[in-house]
Amino acid sequence: MDPSSFLFQAFVYLCAMVVFVPLARRLGLGSVLGYLLAGIVIGPYVLGVVGEEGQDLMHFAEFGVVMMLFLIGLELEPGVLWGMRRAIIGLGTGQVLVSAAVIGALALVAGFNWQQALAAGLILSLSSTAIVMQSLQEKGWLKSEAGQSAFAVLLFQDIAVIPMLALFPLLATTPRPGAAGGEEHLSWIAGLPPLWQTVIVLASIVGIIAAGRLVITPAMRLVARTGMREVFTAFALFIVVGIAVLMTGVGLSPALGAFLAGVVLANSEYRHELESDIEPFKGILLGLFFIAVGASVNFPLIAEQPGTVVTWVVVLIAVKSVVLLGLGRVFRLGTDQNLIFSSALAQVGEFAFVLASLALQEGVLPPATVQLLIAVVAITMALTPLVMLFNERFLLPRVGTREAPPTRVVDAISARNPVIIAGFGHFGNTVGRFLRANNVPATYLDIDSDTVDVLRKMGFKVFYGDASRYDLLEAAGAREARIIVIAIDSKEKRLEMIETVKKHFPHLNILVRAANRYDAYDQMNAGMLHVYRETVDTAIRMGVDTLKLLGVRAYTAHRKALTFLRHDERNLKQLAAIRNDEEYITEARKFIEEIELILQADRHDPTRDRDEGWDADGLRKEAREESL
Amino acid sequence: MPRILILFAHPVLEKSRMQQVLLAAATGMPEVTVHDLYELYPQFDIDIDREQDLLTRHDIIIWQHPFYWYSCPALLKQWMDLVLEHGWAYGHSGTALEGKKVFNVITSGASTEAYQAGGFNKYSIRQYLLPFERTAELCRTTYWPPFWVPGVHRMQQGEIEEYGIRYFALLTALRKGSLREEEILRAPQLNDFVSFNQTTPL
Repeated sequence: MDPSSFLFQAFVYLCAMVVFVPLARRLGLGSVLGYLLAGIVIGPYVLGVVGEEGQDLMHFAEFGVVMMLFLIGLELEPGVLWGMRRAIIGLGTGQVLVSAAVIGALALVAGFNWQQALAAGLILSLSSTAIVMQSLQEKGWLKSEAGQSAFAVLLFQDIAVIPMLALFPLLATTPRPGAAGGEEHLSWIAGLPPLWQTVIVLASIVGIIAAGRLVITPAMRLVARTGMREVFTAFALFIVVGIAVLMTGVGLSPALGAFLAGVVLANSEYRHELESDIEPFKGILLGLFFIAVGASVNFPLIAEQPGTVVTWVVVLIAVKSVVLLGLGRVFRLGTDQNLIFSSALAQVGEFAFVLASLALQEGVLPPATVQLLIAVVAITMALTPLVMLFNERFLLPRVGTREAPPTRVVDAISARNPVIIAGFGHFGNTVGRFLRANNVPATYLDIDSDTVDVLRKMGFKVFYGDASRYDLLEAAGAREARIIVIAIDSKEKRLEMIETVKKHFPHLNILVRAANRYDAYDQMNAGMLHVYRETVDTAIRMGVDTLKLLGVRAYTAHRKALTFLRHDERNLKQLAAIRNDEEYITEARKFIEEIELILQADRHDPTRDRDEGWDADGLRKEAREESL
Repeated sequence: MPRILILFAHPVLEKSRMQQVLLAAATGMPEVTVHDLYELYPQFDIDIDREQDLLTRHDIIIWQHPFYWYSCPALLKQWMDLVLEHGWAYGHSGTALEGKKVFNVITSGASTEAYQAGGFNKYSIRQYLLPFERTAELCRTTYWPPFWVPGVHRMQQGEIEEYGIRYFALLTALRKGSLREEEILRAPQLNDFVSFNQTTPL
């Protein structure tokens, strides 16, 4: 088979993923390290299955970073982002400027001229969004103070790349090696006067915000109405790809544009659906990206100049961590949080690849330096999981003040409601209206886009999507909620949901709607304690009114109903326990036998007629005996 | 002519011969409203506005109920708790019931002799009714002595029916205004104004 065929390539990458990632996780090393190892192994210097095309793949897979920022944006409502402005600007500026200055100074000492030193400092001050976010998420630190601070810094770096891209052509000291060819690598607006460039850049940002508000959400509504999942997925991808194309066109970072679009859409009812659609693509692409990074580690170069490479790597990680530690202290991070924060961001990121090749094109840095730089960057990235692991295993236990992820930050991510109601049909909306009337804030999930649309207009917090999916529940705040009401129509989906919730969110109190007794049995056997049969309360109320029309006192009828309901529920529990499907041949037979059992139990019910407190018979008897 | 409101509370009327007869006697009389609380509010969800409206449209209010554990059944207590609101029925601006007459119509298992010093229950029925009396007084109404049917457990059917007739006679007399209030207030109970064999008041 042709080793360069697409399918074969895909086979190799997927195979490496499937083998190495679970292995790394089993060893407690985290998935990122697994991907990197996989890349090294299939890369040109070990097995050699992947050759030069690894570089192309890296450019392609960088799109995973764009998707990741889109997803992060979806998690952040504009208000929350605004609340982070101090951290973004303060921590971000501090990190980029101080790191760049220190690294640049060291480069000067190492014999670079000032332009080269500045370029190197700027390139190496950046960190890897992909590796940091993935690692923090995996460890569950994303919402801790360290995670939030790291995110703020990464976000600022994304913004900082834009002026850097503009600055590099001005730093050229040598003639460009590929003067004509390099031009098209930049955006089509590069030839325009600076004022026009600025206008176009601003216009595209405003355009993205406006489109998110005015075009994308209504369009998603239309697409969702078709009820075809794959079309919705295609549309979600279309949004992200479209933004990337636009942003690259005007010379902005596509990741930043995607992040912005994500923030704009964070309030949309389709947020969760978008999240769950993009998530797998993001995961795979990021995985490929990490593999590509692993494959690009240039071992011959390291072998040639081991001293230089090792010095650079060690110095870089040391300088960046120390700067970050200092900043963390200034911004009052706890010691443990500060350690997580600084060990996470100590590497150089994927933007370095872009900037380094730009520096080469523009003649800022000589080819040999760029080669060395890229090797060093790849190694720092590959080392990140190890640095974090070292921090986690050896440093954190000594600090001893490890705090649980603070709830304050969790709250800031999005206002979580204590109740989630899945299904907003006739059943769910009654529950929802009742709770709303009593000022209980709830998050609603529904699969019908028209319902979602109408309810959102009414001011309900409703999201579109299949509520039995783990990722949607997660996104709806199932981790922070206390109660989940399962009111969806399909009984299969309800059972699916019960399993999902029990498995992933065992802390949730589950209240579930049941169509009938059989459904209730299944749910009870699935461990449900709060099962609500659709028909039973209504049927009993009808029975009560029948009794009243026949002349029975209202209060007596009411009490009988309560007694009957209690008896019936107990009965249900018993029958659920002894039920054996194999004994029943047909549904009809099952129903009749069931009725027989129920009626028998009704006859022997000891709770009937027990109003002895009000019963005067005993008193009368006693009174008569006394008077004799 | 005074309008009479009977606030009737019995959780198991089907088991009380005496109360059935009393209720039947009062039902259908002109200007007498029989208001069956347990029938209207089986789930204790009392409609306060409606109840207050009823009160304002009547002059004599009767709490008719069995005397359970020296008090009334739960729903009537709930009615008092919710309907007799501060600022409406009592308090500085609570004058809605001012000048109305209130009394209890009660049935008890124990006899008249049991309700006295030295008797089985040690205290008189008026003493046991003090919470009702104070409630009525706080609401600026005049509290009248009770119409009391004692010893219901030993009663024969004939006697029960006679009480029904007496109750009817009392309500008729109240409607006609043929009883003088000073005499009513002096009497230990309203039973005394109508005799066993008379269908018209004395």
